[in-house]
Amino acid sequence: MAKISIENLRHSYLPFPNPDRDEDYVLKKLSIDWADGGAYALLGPSGCGKTTLLNLISGLLVPTEGKILFDARDVSRASPEQRNIAQVFQFPVIYDTMTVYDNLAFPLRNRGVAESVIDPRVKEIAGMLDLTSTLQKRASGLTADGKQKISLGRGLVRSDVAAIMFDEPLTVIDPHLKWQLRSKLKELHQRTRRTMIYVTHDQTEALTFADQVVVMNNGEIVQIGTPIELFEKPKHTFVGHFIGSPGMNVLPCEVKGGKASFAGQTIASENAANFKGQSQKLEIGVRPEFVSFAKTGIPADVVKVADAGRFRIVETRAAGSSIKLLLPEDQVVPTGKVNLAFDKAHTQIYADGWII
Amino acid sequence: MSSKTQNNKAWWLVAPVFIMVAFNALVPLMTVVNYSVQETFGDNVFTWAGVHWFQDVLHSERFHSALLRQLLFSGIVLAIEIPLGLGVALTMPRKGPWVSVCLVLMSLPLLIPWNVVGSMWNIMALPDIGLLAKVINGLGIDYNYTRQPVAAWFTIVLMDVWHWTSLVALLCYAGLVSIPDAYYQAAKVDGAKTWAVFRFIQLPKLKHVLTIAVLLRFMDSFMIYTEVSVLTGGGPGSATTFLSIDLVKIALGQFDLGPAAAMSLIYFMIILFLSWLFYTLMMKNEDA
Repeated sequence: MAKISIENLRHSYLPFPNPDRDEDYVLKKLSIDWADGGAYALLGPSGCGKTTLLNLISGLLVPTEGKILFDARDVSRASPEQRNIAQVFQFPVIYDTMTVYDNLAFPLRNRGVAESVIDPRVKEIAGMLDLTSTLQKRASGLTADGKQKISLGRGLVRSDVAAIMFDEPLTVIDPHLKWQLRSKLKELHQRTRRTMIYVTHDQTEALTFADQVVVMNNGEIVQIGTPIELFEKPKHTFVGHFIGSPGMNVLPCEVKGGKASFAGQTIASENAANFKGQSQKLEIGVRPEFVSFAKTGIPADVVKVADAGRFRIVETRAAGSSIKLLLPEDQVVPTGKVNLAFDKAHTQIYADGWII
Repeated sequence: MSSKTQNNKAWWLVAPVFIMVAFNALVPLMTVVNYSVQETFGDNVFTWAGVHWFQDVLHSERFHSALLRQLLFSGIVLAIEIPLGLGVALTMPRKGPWVSVCLVLMSLPLLIPWNVVGSMWNIMALPDIGLLAKVINGLGIDYNYTRQPVAAWFTIVLMDVWHWTSLVALLCYAGLVSIPDAYYQAAKVDGAKTWAVFRFIQLPKLKHVLTIAVLLRFMDSFMIYTEVSVLTGGGPGSATTFLSIDLVKIALGQFDLGPAAAMSLIYFMIILFLSWLFYTLMMKNEDA
């Protein structure tokens, strides 16, 4: 159990990166503080550096610059074993020739723990993961989700692990089992209160699992926040796009005298008054959830309607920009010319991508 | 009720293969069977001999000792080449410019024709001019493979190890590089030491490759002929007369076609049986 701090972490896969060239680095100066016992997610598109960050924290990689602290101990150069972390990989890693029992006991046996201690521990973990009935079976005979549970079990079996890392652990799991395994993870976190760090590119996984989500893009942290913060107040238009389905509407706008306008209409927003500078790319961000049809407002044309179960996604076009909104399924979809209104409390202004 | 249309025209398409197989396997094999149960004095005159030749061969002291030598040779060769090849594969680099250098160097012995290998080692080991012989004798060890059975065995085994360890190493290397990184990472996280990584990850993952390596090396070494024939010709005395060499002596030296045919079939059956045995033993726990 440990609090994890990352200080000015930078990483490059090149043998001699040029410190002045940002392109040489897959991770660009990151700092994060994670409290002990939390559930955290690293969320970002493929290639954003999230797995690299995870492997740096677990000790499978050594950072080019910066520090990783577990509690106050600098572990930047320590091995995974010294850091005492556990990791579950994208593809289930099991020891084929061993039984499920031996797989679970393996990390303890490697550390010279007595069999009398191992036995109850393995049985307890197997119970938590519903693996008790398969304990004496060969691990290679299990299905993908069973194997992934073993990987997870090998992490949980050590009572003193500093943190458990997950590197997209549900990639190879069947959709109907994904949900089960995800709730199992959540339940295990609540039971064991281990620090868990979960890497994924799937927003549903990140948002359901984590208390706090770190959104990454291009080797940088874009926003750290609770799922609600990320949804309601994205700090960057990237977060707005990446989280939510469909993503946030981003519209070009002008801001004059603390008032934003789009397509000649003044748009009430939550933060336009904060704007001071000039000559920046200004945009309005509003989620489809906070756009509605109105009697007056922004004139638009309905372009497309897609059924998404309880909601319909209506795509409209106004002044050359596309604006999507969600309509409950019991409401009639208007056709042709419509007027749109934005919810002021959830309409934000972004300058060069960042919230002002 | 629906009855399937029977259309047997496809057999015609398979016919060429049947004819090929017949000519390169069945016909020669049946010829051998034919010889093994008959007696002939030439002029295409055959008399029925039944299982006489088989009994002869199976009771012959000469066959027993050749078979024993053959088994011993294969045993020694496997015992050296499999662990050595595996060891070499484990130490080979996984990435970087040295990979191709290693691969090319390792492949070289495999590209040399058998009789050339025999000649090379013959010249190397000749007591009066050979480099190997000079060095060994220079160390104060009396070495003359043309006169000492032990020296002859040593030379043949050394030659085979030189020629074929690469094959085992390359097979194992291919198996090793196909193990995903995550296994090694998981092992690190689980605190596994080098030995545990080898025992629980590398060895199990190499099982199939090793089975193939053992089978290939067993069959090849059990049938070895050319290299030994060039190097020692089966001598000194009959110290290195393996089954294949003995077979050629009987068939082409003494022209005893009946016993030679019977011996061929017995030889074939032994290889078949032992290969099956190896395969079955190594695949025993394959109930995934």
